[in-house]
Amino acid sequence: MDARFAQLKTEGRSAFVTFVMGGDPDPETSLAIVKALPQAGADIIEIGMPFTDPMADGPSIQAAGLRALKAGMTLKKTLHLVRSFRETDTATPIVLMGYYNPIYIYGVDRFLDDAKSAGVDGLIIVDLPPEEDTELCIPALKAGLNFIRLATPTTDDKRLPAVLANTSGFVYYVSITGITGAAAADSSAVGAAVARIKRHTALPVCVGFGIRTPETARAIAANADGAVVGTALVDALKASLDADGRATARTVSAVADLAAALAQGVRGAQQAAE
Amino acid sequence: MTTAIPNSYRIGPDERGHFGIFGGRFVAETLMPLILDLEKAYADAKADPAFQAEMNSYRTHYVGRPSPLYYAERLTEHLGGAKIYFKRDELNHTGSHKVNNVLGQIMLARRMGKQRIIAETGAGQHGVATATLCARFGLDCVVYMGAVDVERQQPNVLRMEMLGAKVIPVQSGARTLKDAMNEALRDWVTNVHNTFYCIGTVAGPHPYPMMVRDFQSVIGQETRAQMQEAEGRLPDSLVACIGGGSNAMGLFHPFLDDPSVEIFGVEAAGHGLTQLHAASIAGGRPGVLHGNRTYLLMDEDGQIAEAHSISAGLDYPGIGPEHSWLHEAKRVTYLSATDDEALDAFLLLSRLEGIIPALEPAHAIAKVMQLAPKKPRDHLMVVNLCGRGDKDVPQVGEILRKRAKAS
Repeated sequence: MDARFAQLKTEGRSAFVTFVMGGDPDPETSLAIVKALPQAGADIIEIGMPFTDPMADGPSIQAAGLRALKAGMTLKKTLHLVRSFRETDTATPIVLMGYYNPIYIYGVDRFLDDAKSAGVDGLIIVDLPPEEDTELCIPALKAGLNFIRLATPTTDDKRLPAVLANTSGFVYYVSITGITGAAAADSSAVGAAVARIKRHTALPVCVGFGIRTPETARAIAANADGAVVGTALVDALKASLDADGRATARTVSAVADLAAALAQGVRGAQQAAE
Repeated sequence: MTTAIPNSYRIGPDERGHFGIFGGRFVAETLMPLILDLEKAYADAKADPAFQAEMNSYRTHYVGRPSPLYYAERLTEHLGGAKIYFKRDELNHTGSHKVNNVLGQIMLARRMGKQRIIAETGAGQHGVATATLCARFGLDCVVYMGAVDVERQQPNVLRMEMLGAKVIPVQSGARTLKDAMNEALRDWVTNVHNTFYCIGTVAGPHPYPMMVRDFQSVIGQETRAQMQEAEGRLPDSLVACIGGGSNAMGLFHPFLDDPSVEIFGVEAAGHGLTQLHAASIAGGRPGVLHGNRTYLLMDEDGQIAEAHSISAGLDYPGIGPEHSWLHEAKRVTYLSATDDEALDAFLLLSRLEGIIPALEPAHAIAKVMQLAPKKPRDHLMVVNLCGRGDKDVPQVGEILRKRAKAS
C-alpha cells in the first residue's frame, strides 16, 4: 500500500480506488471483475464483504450484498477471492471493506491470519470507530494489516487526532454525511476538508461517497490523493444482469469500461494540475 | 464464556458502555461525535433536578402515572398457585410502556435543540408514543416501520398519521423491525446535524441501552412501592416479555440486587425454537449489530437471520445488551413462548380479567400460566402488562376466523 502511494507520487497523480462487492453477482464473475480492474486503471481495489444489514450503505450496495449472499458468498469465499486474484497480481493493494459481525463470528485472530496469507493489505470496517479499537484495529495493525479509518464531515478538529491515531495505509474521507450512493460531493468543500485532515496526518487522503462520473472523479482527484468509486460501478454491474439477476456476457466489461472511463478522469486531474 | 458474579447487578454499564462483553458503540464515524454529545447531554440532564421535576410532572399529568398494580384475582384462581399482580402499563397514554422512554428522550432532544425526530417501530407502539410526544411539543416526526408490520398493525399506522407523523414503510430484508432500524440509522447518518434518533428499546449504541433503561425503570420503582403498600413486602417473582427488552428492563432493574426476587424474561418462540422464531437468547449467540454486541440470531457466516413472531413488537433477531449480560450472569432466567401459547394467553386474559392484552405481554402471560400453578399461594408474582391489545384486534380476529374455518 505504502509502495503504491509512493509510486503514484513519483508519477504525480492521484489514486483511482475502486469498490466492488465480493461475490456480486456470483463468485466466478466477481473474480473476473476484480482481475479486470487493474487493467482498467484501478490503483487500489476495495472488495466489499457482504453483510445482511449494511447500515451505512444505500440501496445499490445493499442489493449488491444481497445478490452476493444469495449466490452463496461467505467471508471465507471472499478471502478465497483475494487469494485467487493474488495468483496473477501481487502489486495491486487489496482492501476488504464491510461490517464487523462476520469477522467477529469468523474469529478475529483466525481472520487476520487468513486475510494476511490471502494477500489482503488493509481493512475498512464501517462500524468500528476508534472507541472500539481493541476489537480489531489494534490486532490488525499487530498482524501487519493496514486499518483504514473513515473520517467524515462530522469528525471535527478535536476528534481528528483520535480518529487518525491508529490509522494506516490511507485515510478515507467520506465526502458527505450520508450513505453510499447518495448526494454528489462538492469538490471545493472536499478540497478544504482534505487540507484540514492533512494538517493532522502525513497519510494519503482518499475521498469517496458521491463520485459517479469521470468529471466528478477528476474534480475530486485534483483535491485529494485518491478518489474512490463504488456505487457507480455496482450500478453498472446491475444494469448488465439478466432479468433473473444473473451475470451476462456483458457484465465484466460493463464494470471494466466504466472503471476505465473513471480512471481517465482521475488521470486527467493530474494533467490539469500540471 | 463466563461472567464473574458482581457485587451489584445495577452498576453497569462501564464508561465505554459495556455490560461485561456486551454493549459498546459499534457505529459509523459520522454518528460517533453525536453519540458522544448525547452521552454528555444525558448525563447533564440526569443530574439536573429541573429536568427530573419536569419529567415527573408530565408523567403524572400527561402519561397518567403511576400505573396501577392490580391483583388479578380470577387469573390467580384459575391457575391455582401464585398470587398474580399485573403492573398495568397498558393504561398509560398511548397504550403501552413505550411512552415512558419517549417522554425522556423527547425532553432530551428539546434540550439539545433538535427539531427533527426519527424512530423505528415494530408493533407501532413506540412509533405512536413518539408521534404523540412530537405532536405535543411541535417537533417533526418520521417513523420507519417494516412494510410487513405496516400491514399487520394498521390501527397504529393510522394513529401515527393522525398525530402528524410521516410513516415510511421499509421494503428491505424481512420488512420488519430489524429493517426499520437499519433504515432509521441510514436516515440518522444522512441528517445527523438536525436529527435526534429516538430508539424504542434498551438496544443500540451506548448510551441508549442505559438511558432507555433509566427512563423505563419507573415501572419497577413504582412496583416496589405499590407491592410494599399492598402486601407489605417485595414480590417473589417478576415476569415480562422481551423483544429488545425495554419493558422487562424497566421492571427488573430496581429488583436486580434483591436475591429473593426470581426474575423471568419471556422471548418470542414464534413457530417453535427449532423453526422460525425471535428468541435471541434461546437460539442465538453473541454478535454485533445496530451499535452493540449482544445475543443475535444469525447463520454460521455471521449473517443476521430473519426473526419471526406473531407479535410485531417482538419480531427482532436481537435483544438489549444488558439482558445478554444478565443471562450470562444467571441473574435473570430467559424463557420463551410460541405464537400459539401467546394467542391462548391473549384469549384467556380477555375472558377472565376483561383485559385485552397486546400480543407482546400475552407471551409473558403464557409463561405465567406455566409458572404460577407450581408456586405456593403466598408467592407474589408480578407480570408487566406492558401494552393493550387494541392494535392486535384485527390481526387476532383474522387468525380466529381462519382457525374456525379449519376446524
